[in-house]
Amino acid sequence: MSANMKRRVGPGQAKPVLKVQDLAVHYQLEQGGLLRSETVPLRAVDGMSFELYRGETLGVVGESGCGKSTLARALLGLVRPRRGRVLWLGQDLTQLDEKALRKKRKEIQIIFQDPLASLNPRMTVGDIIAEPLWTFYPKIARVQVEERVRGMMKMVGLLPNQINRYPHEFSGGQCQRIGIARALVLNPQLIICDEPVSALDVSIQAQIINLLRDLQRKLRLSLLFIAHDLAVVRHISDRVMVMYLGRAMEVASADALYRRPLHPYTSALVKAVPIPDPALARQPVDTGLTGDMPSPLNPPAGCVFHTRCPYAVKRCQLEVPPLRRLEHGDWVACHRAEELDLTIVKRPSSTV
Amino acid sequence: MALLEVRDLQVSFETPDGTVEAVRGIDFSLQPGEGLAIVGESGSGKSQAMLAMLGLLAENGSASGVARYRGQDLMAMTPPQLNAHRGKDIAMIFQDPMTSLNPYLSIERQMVEVVRHHQGLGRREAQTHAVEMLRAVRIPDPEQRIKQYPHEFSGGMRQRILIAMGLLCEPAILIADEPTTALDVTVQAQIAALVREVVARSGMASILITHDLGVVAGVSDKVMVMYAGQVVEYGTTEQIYHHPQHPYTRGLIASVPRLDQVDDRQLHAIPGNPPNLLDLPQGCSFRERCGAAFEACGAAPELAAAGQGQQVRCHLERDA
Amino acid sequence: MKSAEPAALDAFEAALTLGDVKGRSPWEDAWHRLLKNRAAVISALLMGMMILVVIFGPMLSPWDLDYTDWDHTNSPPSLANGHWFGTDAVGRDILVRTLQGGRISLLVGVVATLVSLLIGVTYGAIAGYYGGVTDRIMMRLVDIIYALPFMFFVILLMVVFGRHIVLIFVAIGAVNWLDMARIVRGQTLGLKRMEYVEAARACGVENRDIIRRHIVPNLLGVVMVYVTLTIPQVILVESFLSFLGLGVQEPMSSWGALVNDGAQDMESAPWTLVFPAAMLTITLYCFNYIGDGLRDALDPKDRL
Repeated sequence: MSANMKRRVGPGQAKPVLKVQDLAVHYQLEQGGLLRSETVPLRAVDGMSFELYRGETLGVVGESGCGKSTLARALLGLVRPRRGRVLWLGQDLTQLDEKALRKKRKEIQIIFQDPLASLNPRMTVGDIIAEPLWTFYPKIARVQVEERVRGMMKMVGLLPNQINRYPHEFSGGQCQRIGIARALVLNPQLIICDEPVSALDVSIQAQIINLLRDLQRKLRLSLLFIAHDLAVVRHISDRVMVMYLGRAMEVASADALYRRPLHPYTSALVKAVPIPDPALARQPVDTGLTGDMPSPLNPPAGCVFHTRCPYAVKRCQLEVPPLRRLEHGDWVACHRAEELDLTIVKRPSSTV
Repeated sequence: MALLEVRDLQVSFETPDGTVEAVRGIDFSLQPGEGLAIVGESGSGKSQAMLAMLGLLAENGSASGVARYRGQDLMAMTPPQLNAHRGKDIAMIFQDPMTSLNPYLSIERQMVEVVRHHQGLGRREAQTHAVEMLRAVRIPDPEQRIKQYPHEFSGGMRQRILIAMGLLCEPAILIADEPTTALDVTVQAQIAALVREVVARSGMASILITHDLGVVAGVSDKVMVMYAGQVVEYGTTEQIYHHPQHPYTRGLIASVPRLDQVDDRQLHAIPGNPPNLLDLPQGCSFRERCGAAFEACGAAPELAAAGQGQQVRCHLERDA
Repeated sequence: MKSAEPAALDAFEAALTLGDVKGRSPWEDAWHRLLKNRAAVISALLMGMMILVVIFGPMLSPWDLDYTDWDHTNSPPSLANGHWFGTDAVGRDILVRTLQGGRISLLVGVVATLVSLLIGVTYGAIAGYYGGVTDRIMMRLVDIIYALPFMFFVILLMVVFGRHIVLIFVAIGAVNWLDMARIVRGQTLGLKRMEYVEAARACGVENRDIIRRHIVPNLLGVVMVYVTLTIPQVILVESFLSFLGLGVQEPMSSWGALVNDGAQDMESAPWTLVFPAAMLTITLYCFNYIGDGLRDALDPKDRL
């Protein structure tokens, strides 16, 4: 691994806290019917495997419809997978019944995309943050709950004296802090962040990202950080997984991914990020992508990406490329990974 | 003569909690073929200013000031007069491509309606024109696809259709309100390039409204930064990116996460929250979030020239 | 808060020592908005007065409900003989009868609506929240009951059990909860997809707590509006039944029954029609204004 990688933790140093093996979630879309109805399978997540280590942030990037939110819900047990295993500290969550799974929810929490929609408008901030405590420790004294809630509010940068206010009295960024406090109140070990900043203004995004990073270090949390914005993901992740149509295309360290993508899709994503520099931004961008993402109801045969890939060959239409490990340790699902050189040429900045 | 000349545009809303002054007097002018970007956080008044100009404010809103389009004041016009300009001379594209299209009408019906209404073309001609426009925004197979309904298109395709509709009457000004925010990254790049291309080809002026300074760089000639209903900085795109003068503009630029620069893991953030328009601080509205605030900021600064056409509303820059 | 500028951090530290800020709940907001709606406030006051008058009015009146004043049959409204609203053909005081009728009409309106509220909300919330087969079976049942002809149903009840005021509650309630259940189910379907419900599930909150804490409180706004619009509707249905002679039994009366009686003597004694009809109309108007006011107050759409 290259020397300038600032990875704090990662593969090879410990046992993973989360190990996902061949996870598949298919939705059955219902179509009409009186008491019975026809169903069409939608393969939202189709055979994903990855690992997550303690204190590590794994970024998950992909466009809408790639299954990244479904993945989050499957890890939490909010949707039942069709096959595969989700090993949390060695225990398979998919085999647990509703009651046992509920106990595990203490350890895995989630932060949502829309900060206001994820807070019940008729509950006070204090009650929202306290709800997980009521659920898991129904006998705990009210004073203690309140003390804990105030502590959490301070930790996420909210004024504890706002405890009796309602979500609509806060701005988007503050609402997201409330959501973070709720997720942290039970001392979880893993937080799944489902697009936590994409609904926020750019200036506020940075606050939330920095807050998450600080909290992660302080509490030694593992984060699964889902986003569609590569630039955001890079700033917070140790490793990044790129998803397309329910499958992982590439899993690589954040630095390597942006310097030398292994998969043509990753390369297109990297090139598409706008550059805040007038001279550079006026040059035409060629992501190399053609067309739109195919419907997940009817994914292409072979490599799911071959319909849009500028490097596709005959083999890509016939054979599904497995996610395989290359010599330097990163993972990719592309037949031609070895022959393609997708190094991103850094354009000179016009900054004076 | 400027194509569009806006003077002291003010917008306020009556809410149960009091009067909200969403736009507190903005001035700008737009030359033919010029690209202007209006940048600001939610609640900065950037969208409301444009809606006011087109007479599209919500019912509880009211506006004052002057907005001269080729010498005629849009703000003084009756709704039917304004209607004649909307779409034909000034077109607006909105953020959400799904809600801006009528789901029950085919794309053809929706496009042909606009052309016939404004240009008085016959059905045949209108159809041909609509197909040409779809081809111009690179919708494959436009003759067939024009018969389809909005839900049969992907998000990116729908935004292309909206752009095509915006361009139908060859307006002199195209206003785009966060046209790429709802789209995926790869599609964003395509749409941004498309907007840039059609604007350049037709020579129309454009106004791009966004909260993300990252997407502005390639599209606009001038940038106007708004905060709490006021312009805090105005200048050419180069000036804004390379020599930002207002602390808020600097903060906005620094908070855009960048892929192309050496990685500095701690992102710069603007502290605090977007302003509450019902309870603005005394003096400079940005004072409470500003790292450089000092005593003078207790008095509201004026927008003042800062050399080479750049304007800035900050005490620091005046004194420097 | 590492990234915060020193000034902001100082402000944050300073604010830590302040006392608790009182929050303003969405209910309080709605209440304030409602108070600014003049039509709704006036209607609510009128209704308050109406309720007080129909409850206490008959107690204060010198006339009994079924007392026949043979000296003044068919008397027009008169302060002199004490029959302010006049009397009917058999000399009964119209004022007392109108107030008494108001008791029954309002009681039917409120009780039948509450019954439909209770059944409808529970039924609709359960069907909507659990979804799937449960939902399908429960809503098909609603469709089946809905398809029964209402009048036929009422006449059948009357024939089997005889005329009784409780039957009116049952008949009206049995039909009205169907609408309520449908509305609540639709709302619940939307609410259960809200992220805060998912957040609660992710926290391991049990289903009954989710319904109680997250679904029902957020349904209440819509339900309240619907309730205020259902009460006049129920009053009208009762009037209709009474008008057809299927309503309350003499000497008890309701506005509908009085209007029916009055309509027969409309030409000779118009006051027998005018007073109960006016009371009925005012009540219907008021409830509709209150309902509209509530809808505007509870709908957060016009918030900036």
